[in-house]
Amino acid sequence: MQVYRWQLHMVLSILHRMTGLALGAGTLLLAWWVLAIAAGPDAYRLFQDFITGILGRLILFGFTFALILHALNGIRHLFWDVGKGFELDTVRQSGLIVVILSVALTVITWAAGYWIAGRF
Amino acid sequence: MAEFRLPKNSRIKKGKTVKAPDGATNVRQFHVYRWNADDSENPRMDTYEVDMDSCGPMVLDALIKIKNEMDASLTFRRSCREGVCGSCAMNIDGLNTLACTKACEDIKGDISITPLPSMEVVKDLVPDMTHFYAQYASIEPWMKTGTPTPVGRERLQSQEDREKLDGLYECILCACCSTSCPSYWWNQDRYLGPAILLQSYRWLVDSRDEATGERLDNLEDPFRLYRCHTIMNCSSACPKGLNPAKAIAETKKMMIERQG
Repeated sequence: MQVYRWQLHMVLSILHRMTGLALGAGTLLLAWWVLAIAAGPDAYRLFQDFITGILGRLILFGFTFALILHALNGIRHLFWDVGKGFELDTVRQSGLIVVILSVALTVITWAAGYWIAGRF
Repeated sequence: MAEFRLPKNSRIKKGKTVKAPDGATNVRQFHVYRWNADDSENPRMDTYEVDMDSCGPMVLDALIKIKNEMDASLTFRRSCREGVCGSCAMNIDGLNTLACTKACEDIKGDISITPLPSMEVVKDLVPDMTHFYAQYASIEPWMKTGTPTPVGRERLQSQEDREKLDGLYECILCACCSTSCPSYWWNQDRYLGPAILLQSYRWLVDSRDEATGERLDNLEDPFRLYRCHTIMNCSSACPKGLNPAKAIAETKKMMIERQG
């Protein structure tokens, strides 16, 4: 089965599952954030140092991309669940739209984030 | 624990190369999966250099030429050579299709040919279809009725109801779709796979069939139907242009709708 050629719909399908898992794992960060707030300034500073560091930002960037891709591809799956959009052309086009929009929205989100951060 | 590598005795080795006859100018290389249960060798990829000037246009033409002129031991199934019987389903250039309807010129570079993925191999390009056919039998692919047969005529169907079978009855059970499906690769012992589910839907929507509820009951199982995750490999592989993924989605809808 290693011989099977990768195609867009197949890549998106496995990415959907992988981003789903990543989102589950990434939500632990959210829990850490909330716990750190509750635990006081020292705990919060530890979290703050981690999340604003290079590694923290990379994880957050990946999380943003995973969230957006999973959400957009999820919409695609909802259409399939009601029996729409199964034509091969439609599948290819909707797949391309998901990829392009995910990349664009992730970049826009981060650009906006840095822009706002720069202002305050 | 899932096995991510093939067992040692199934790993594919490099095989022999059979050269094209001298003077051939339009030569293409075919890499073909070879395995024989009668020797204890590993599977291998043999290379055949085929003179395309004296070969028909389709991949099946090349395979027949190889068997006739270069290596009589090469084994594959074929019959109708026009996309009707489904015998010559195999993986060509990474995608499942029928060798008889796939043109060599539509493939760039060397042409690699392997048996349908995830199936046990009988010999070379011949997969064991026993389980696939048993799964087909399990959906009881015949018309089931409770009401008495009308006297003096067939069970009639409106034109609209007949049209619901278009895109379903054309399936030739070549198994290109099922063996392209990652879900079927992992769970074919319990998941029916796209081909069988399309066939199943063909009976579910037949207005003359009276066992719809019973058929749906039979699919109400975590694996048989619901291992489909709409990966779409099936519909993209089907050499007849059918859409098993859509048939499966419609079946899932029927499941929900009958719950009211």
